Amino acid sequence: MPEAKASDNDGVQIDLISAERMDGLASMEKIRMILDGVRDGKIVILEDGLSPDEESKLIEVTMTEISPDEFNGIEIETYPRSSTSDSGILGRIMGREETSKLTVIGPANQIETLHKDETVISALVSRK
Amino acid sequence: MGLLSGLKDSLQRVTDSLFSEDEQKRIGIYGPPNAGKTTLANRIARDWTGDAIGPESHIPHETRRARRKENVEIERNGKSVSIDIVDTPGVTTKVNYEEFLDYEMEKDDAVRRSREATEGVAEAMHWLREDVDGVIYVLDSTEDPFTQVNTMLIGIIESRDLPVLIFANKIDLDDASTQRIRNAFPQHETVPLSALEGNNMDEVYDKIAEYFG
Repeated sequence: MPEAKASDNDGVQIDLISAERMDGLASMEKIRMILDGVRDGKIVILEDGLSPDEESKLIEVTMTEISPDEFNGIEIETYPRSSTSDSGILGRIMGREETSKLTVIGPANQIETLHKDETVISALVSRK
Repeated sequence: MGLLSGLKDSLQRVTDSLFSEDEQKRIGIYGPPNAGKTTLANRIARDWTGDAIGPESHIPHETRRARRKENVEIERNGKSVSIDIVDTPGVTTKVNYEEFLDYEMEKDDAVRRSREATEGVAEAMHWLREDVDGVIYVLDSTEDPFTQVNTMLIGIIESRDLPVLIFANKIDLDDASTQRIRNAFPQHETVPLSALEGNNMDEVYDKIAEYFG
């Protein structure tokens, strides 16, 4: 099936990425996929979020790509909140981190979080 | 015999130095921009060494390089705790140079500041992953603590099993709320303080000695 392309002029493309798609990727591939999408003006929604280590790398790589008048960085929101401290000692010993959290990532100059609580993320997305 | 006993002593000293509990711990001061991290770092450094760590400012991203103050000896209850303090740039997911233009900065200076700020944030994240043994997480108690950056950073710190203390700074201001910060991160100890005014510093040093000593 051909992949749909965002129009140059109107609309905002939203990519909903399944946990299955992310599972097959290495950490840097995930970060690259997210940032490539966001830098193209897309809103990226991950069914299953990033691990804390990947989040840390996402911040670091985002910082290296910020460029005046071109890319100001990202807005990111997750739901529910990160719960690594609740993931259970056995899971942590086995190296399994609790990352099950819907994550919304977009360009900082286009996405603005209006409201967020335990159950709802409300965001305003503007065109480029 | 003398040779063997000397060899044994040398091995013991090497083993002791490798596994000593007294090894100097590096404590990173983390938090969002303008939470008062450098004001706190300077307060701690001045109280125990007489020197400051770096310049403070109300303009965000004043600290754009991690700065370390070594051998800060904190004395509590007759015991002495020695730590290295690492003051880190405020962490964020976005930097826009136009924000700095509001502080009467020329565009060139604002662009340079934003570039240095982004390098500083990346450096702070690297320190967190590689080079700190404990974290003091500083929050402005007049601001909403339920932000994604705070949530992510606390999650990253927890995933690395680093000891963490949350400092609710700026309690000298009228709209400060320590309770709001306690509610946001109930799994961690929260200590109220004003680094600028020096309020509640006794409890701050007690907790630092307890958590990182």
